[in-house]
Amino acid sequence: MTVLKSPGAVAPRGGMVRAKASRQYSSTQRAAYLFLLPWAIGFLCLSLGPILWSLYLSFTDFDLLTAPDWVGPANYVRMFTADPKFMISVRITFVYVLFSVPLKLAFALAVAMLLNRGIRGLPLYRALFYLPSLLGASVAIAVLWRQLFAGNGLVNRFLAQFGIEGPSWISNPNYSLWTLIILAVWQFGSPMIVFLAGLRQIPADVYEAARVDGAGRWRQFARITVPLLTPVIFFNAIIQTIDAFKTFTPAFIISNGSGNPVNSLLFYTLYLYQEAFGYFRMGYASALAWMLLIIIALFTAFAFLTSRYWVHYDE
Amino acid sequence: MTNKLSLSQATMRSRVAGIVAHVLLIGASIAMIYPLLWMLSASFRPENEIFTSTSLIPSSFSLTSYVQGWNGLPVSFGRFFRNSFLIATLCVVGNVFSCSLAAFAFSRLEFRGRRICFALMLMTLMLPYHVTLIPQYVLFRELGWVNTFLPLVVPKFLAADAFFIFLMVQFFRGLPKELDEAAMIDGCSPWRVYWKVIMPLSMPVLATASIFTFIWTWDDFLGPLIYLSDMPQYTAMLGLRTFVDSSGVSNFGGLFAMSVLSLMPVFGFFLLFQRLLIEGIATTGMKR
Repeated sequence: MTVLKSPGAVAPRGGMVRAKASRQYSSTQRAAYLFLLPWAIGFLCLSLGPILWSLYLSFTDFDLLTAPDWVGPANYVRMFTADPKFMISVRITFVYVLFSVPLKLAFALAVAMLLNRGIRGLPLYRALFYLPSLLGASVAIAVLWRQLFAGNGLVNRFLAQFGIEGPSWISNPNYSLWTLIILAVWQFGSPMIVFLAGLRQIPADVYEAARVDGAGRWRQFARITVPLLTPVIFFNAIIQTIDAFKTFTPAFIISNGSGNPVNSLLFYTLYLYQEAFGYFRMGYASALAWMLLIIIALFTAFAFLTSRYWVHYDE
Repeated sequence: MTNKLSLSQATMRSRVAGIVAHVLLIGASIAMIYPLLWMLSASFRPENEIFTSTSLIPSSFSLTSYVQGWNGLPVSFGRFFRNSFLIATLCVVGNVFSCSLAAFAFSRLEFRGRRICFALMLMTLMLPYHVTLIPQYVLFRELGWVNTFLPLVVPKFLAADAFFIFLMVQFFRGLPKELDEAAMIDGCSPWRVYWKVIMPLSMPVLATASIFTFIWTWDDFLGPLIYLSDMPQYTAMLGLRTFVDSSGVSNFGGLFAMSVLSLMPVFGFFLLFQRLLIEGIATTGMKR
């Protein structure tokens, strides 16, 4: 057994054994590198190389046709001083993240708690709530959303039954972003499943003890459920936030790729796409990509740094 | 006596709470599923009814929208669906093959540089793909791969989806180490251990990886949008997008019918492999 671990660990029981062991060890080494070969090629050519290359491109002017032209930090300077659309896209994306993620997680947790009461029909409910988040990434759902919130869409026809005349939600810059936030919240299914798995881990006797001590439902929620669930909440929040920063498809479909009305759907990634593949400003778009990486990294670092104050890990 | 009374009061209260919970849950599930059912029913309606009705049952059942949608663009949707199927299937093969090889090396073999390679792999897991998007585009353009399926498929054969390596490493680590150690002492090569011992035992994780790869590549929009510009190469998602652009309001029936069709493969996986999907989410916390 030790043969596999490391050649040095083999007891010196004679040259034969050691020779055989080291032969087997080095052949294992060779095999390991062959196993890793596809990944290694992919890592070098599709990850590491491109990362460094895009960092370089972010300091250049590059239109695909002529060689990249070094401009120093001009692209980054332009973002913050001479590009109102960059600021708009950052603001829109932040508003979206700030509202969609907490709302989505709140729904996910609330429904998970309802389902965790040992309720009958759990598999059916769970499946129904999960379905939108499985389908949700499709262009087809964005098409549906476009129609739901159109001037003559289903939502307005529903409101009309109560005598309310709704606006065209998707073409009104005051509401368009909210239709996308609703779309995100509608997909609360997968964090709900993660919460359900987390709630299962909380032993029932903890609640039992709290009840005996006279703790009401709210106290049980605030003092037992939430603290014991903080690792899961933390995990869900990170995953969902990073995902929300990258939202692209629904904004593209609902605004026909324009980010309109009045740039109210100009999500960060949509703006990046326009700069790169609409105007072929590859240098500037690379700078935008790096800025996104920095934003996400800062957010993640912030979350991990503050986590020691509110995330309780079972030691 | 009093004890008994309070007990029955308690069961009464919990029964009421149970009913309230059911009412809330049923209301919520109807509200969530209604738009989907409405789109389904709209796709079977006569065109003029789509904009007037909120009900789920069409007054008359017609397949016109499907016929019109199928042939609504210069290239038929049959072609788009075929392209999507081809791409998604190749991606599944590529991901299962390349990610399981890498995961086997990371979880079962000792070699120099393992820790650092594993750490690098984990780092790519966190990386937003936008950072590699433009250089990859330039690379594939130089190779003359734009307007082919290669930029969408080849990265999968190079284990570019680190998430699935991670998923498989987790699973492989759960398999008893004695199995392959015994096999190796008996003179089995790592290749045979991989192929004859580990892979057959890993069907659940391979199935999960296959299903999620299929769904994600089927739904992928940005990749095809960037790399495919000739309509005969379009995927179903690109076909839908072009349909929105070109017909706008004029052919909503056809647009809905094709949207419904494009959701069907994903829905099919949902019906057949729901347990696997939900377990996958619960154990890894994937985003969807």
